[in-house]
Amino acid sequence: MATPTLDKADTAGAPEPGFADSPYITVTFRIRRFNPEISEEATWEDFQLEIDPKERVLDGLHKIKWEVDGSLTFRRSCAHGICGSDAMRINGKNRLACKTLIKDINPSKPITIEAIKGLTVQKDLVVDMEPFFQAYRDVMPFLITKGNEPTRERLQSPEDRERFDDTTKCILCAACTSSCPVFWNDGQYFGPAAIVNAHRFIFDSRDEAGEQRLEILNDKDGVWRCRTTFNCTDACPRGIEVTKAIQEVKRALITRRF
Amino acid sequence: MKIHKYDTVIVGAGGAGMRAAIESTKRSRTAVLTKLYPTRSHTGAAQGGMAAALANVEEDNWEWHTFDTIKGGDYLVDQDAAEILAKEAIDAVLDLEKMGLPFGRTPAGEIDQRRFGGHSRNHGEAPVRRACYSGDRTGHMILQTLYQNCIKEGVEFFNEFYVLDQLLVEEDGVKKSAGVVAYELATGEIHVFQSKSVIYASGGTGKFFKVTSNAHTLTGDGQAACYRRGLPLEDMEFFQFHPTGIWRMGILLTEGARGEGGILRNKDGERFMEKYAPVMKDLASRDVVSRSIYTEIREGRGCGPEGDHVYLDLTHLPPEQLDAKLPDITEFARTYLGIEPYTDPIPIQPTAHYAMGGIPTNVQGEVLSDNTTVVPGLYAAGEVACVSVHGANRLGTNSLLDINVFGKRAGIAAAEYAHTADYIELPENPAAQVQAQVENLLSATGTERVAVIRKELQETMDANVMVFRTEQTIKTAVEKIGELRERYRNVSVQDKGKRFNTDLLEAIELGNLLDLAEVMAVSALARKESRGGHYREDYPNRDDVNFMRHTMAYREVADGGKDSIRLDYKPVVQTRYQPMERKY
Repeated sequence: MATPTLDKADTAGAPEPGFADSPYITVTFRIRRFNPEISEEATWEDFQLEIDPKERVLDGLHKIKWEVDGSLTFRRSCAHGICGSDAMRINGKNRLACKTLIKDINPSKPITIEAIKGLTVQKDLVVDMEPFFQAYRDVMPFLITKGNEPTRERLQSPEDRERFDDTTKCILCAACTSSCPVFWNDGQYFGPAAIVNAHRFIFDSRDEAGEQRLEILNDKDGVWRCRTTFNCTDACPRGIEVTKAIQEVKRALITRRF
Repeated sequence: MKIHKYDTVIVGAGGAGMRAAIESTKRSRTAVLTKLYPTRSHTGAAQGGMAAALANVEEDNWEWHTFDTIKGGDYLVDQDAAEILAKEAIDAVLDLEKMGLPFGRTPAGEIDQRRFGGHSRNHGEAPVRRACYSGDRTGHMILQTLYQNCIKEGVEFFNEFYVLDQLLVEEDGVKKSAGVVAYELATGEIHVFQSKSVIYASGGTGKFFKVTSNAHTLTGDGQAACYRRGLPLEDMEFFQFHPTGIWRMGILLTEGARGEGGILRNKDGERFMEKYAPVMKDLASRDVVSRSIYTEIREGRGCGPEGDHVYLDLTHLPPEQLDAKLPDITEFARTYLGIEPYTDPIPIQPTAHYAMGGIPTNVQGEVLSDNTTVVPGLYAAGEVACVSVHGANRLGTNSLLDINVFGKRAGIAAAEYAHTADYIELPENPAAQVQAQVENLLSATGTERVAVIRKELQETMDANVMVFRTEQTIKTAVEKIGELRERYRNVSVQDKGKRFNTDLLEAIELGNLLDLAEVMAVSALARKESRGGHYREDYPNRDDVNFMRHTMAYREVADGGKDSIRLDYKPVVQTRYQPMERKY
């Protein structure tokens, strides 16, 4: 690491005394700090903490915020992988801090934690999500139908429902989009998450605006920018086959069948 | 300080807030202020389903649903409101389907339905399939669908705006809403939103418990803002403990798991719910199941070395069924416990889940300043509100229903009111209280830490006012909360900046939790009976003679500035159902 680090081992929370067989281990969290109110430079800062390795990375971040440095800033809410608030780059890979157990990411070495890439960092692990949500809004992520509404529900066979099930799981955490090298180089690219959400409607048998969405994604900043590096699929905390969904959209653009 | 002017302001962008926003944006100039990005709300964590008597898979009707809701709430439900809930449920589900919600489907292509706790055919004969669902992420799909439709309707959001104060102005002896004051998290700037109507849809208060299914951000912000301005809180002693939280963590495992055939077992492998609820068994209402679990644990039949949990057994269900119907919760078991639910039972314990009480409203969502008086221009819907459709215990799947039915009603009512009303003149220095609150916290140098006080609060709440309560335990809690409120005055934050100061945010949230915990404990102390989620070991029976009434808690401030809680009561609305003993 080229940037200076600050060791806070002395002030980190100690394990509770009295346990001969303590489940706690000592872990170093190496966190990329940035606060333009203090400095325009981002720096790495080390925190050592005693923690049960079965706990989540989010628990470790809370331990630092609550016991050591209240200024450490990150977003989080549900803490079990549903709300999509706490995507971050952990040991170089995009993950949700609340779905990543410390024991699973080699705690014998410092764990690096930084903001997701490709979106402007606002403070520590908080990024500006607006460009991400703008791309989402641009694909018209809502059901579009023609004609009169039926009085009861629209019918849809279980098979037709299953066709787009995978892409309905998206929690808009941005782990996929911010893991995409194309997006890093060119923020104009819609990015995987927007395409996933377009897919969710293009392949919904009830929807009647597939052609319009395909035209949007046929744009120079659309699906053709995808280089199938599979970073997005690896990053998705919901296990969505993101790259496959993008390929299906590409195929639909060629065949105009969906 | 910036001043904005809107017809309608909605506080919160979860299910109720966004359902309201879709209606009010069509009818009035609307702003939605939300502490979180809209899709981050805890509506998204709801799993199992949304009840509506569609009768797609078996005979059902909304009248049975009404009865189940009233019985489930241990007869503290306002029956006129429950009738509206059950009757409008059908359109609420169909509305969502038309908005695009991908419900699970029957072979005929209709919306599929599953069993859920407390929902029965013909007034308790047997479980009925009433819950419309989308896998085990129904809440996620509702939240996404509502957000998508907010985009379609062009709803205006103010993301990461934290509402800290409700402006009330007295005109001709009537309190009226003039707007709200919000803190912008990104910049630290304070904004005043002047509006003709305000809808609170800011969710629950579960974070005053330690083992809870609730998000970190569920800190009762809307309840606290109204309560501090002298408005009452209704039935705050009634809190739901969901039977199946992941052991120690509290993460929710849906009741749908039992709806799909999952069974609760003690350390001897016994299906113990047969003893407590011979008809509905594992699908009895949540309060009954949670008490049964703790009874097993107390009597030495809990699992594990400490005997402090029981098992949710899904091992007899085909893996394909788990994959299709319960993919998320089985994944939680793998991720957080390292357990394979195909082959191993999942350790669970009851988890603090849902506030039945809240800001009192009528069925139009209008907020009440006492038992009958409406506050013109002020509305509430969803978990923050108390209509009361949930009474002493909410049925599973009725909260996703509540946010849709009463979110829609509040959205329409607030927008229509805005057409007829004029702006209320803002009070002088409308942001004064919020400015003082923020500045005091930022400049404070006290030695108390937010995390320490919050932990002690959560521990006392878990120990003393959870599933089982007695006069002694509740008094212990009241005393401890009083001590913590004193210590809170000496709290300081480390982050003194203006930019994304979540340290400050957590300090403000803790203040809300402390005030609301006190209301809860004081209300519980006075209710000397057992009903629904409120179980007093020293008063184990329901007492309809003395306590068939809603609690109304008011904050009173003495001349010296010291505050206290005054309790009053409000009659329950009964229409066609006479209270009966509750058996499952």
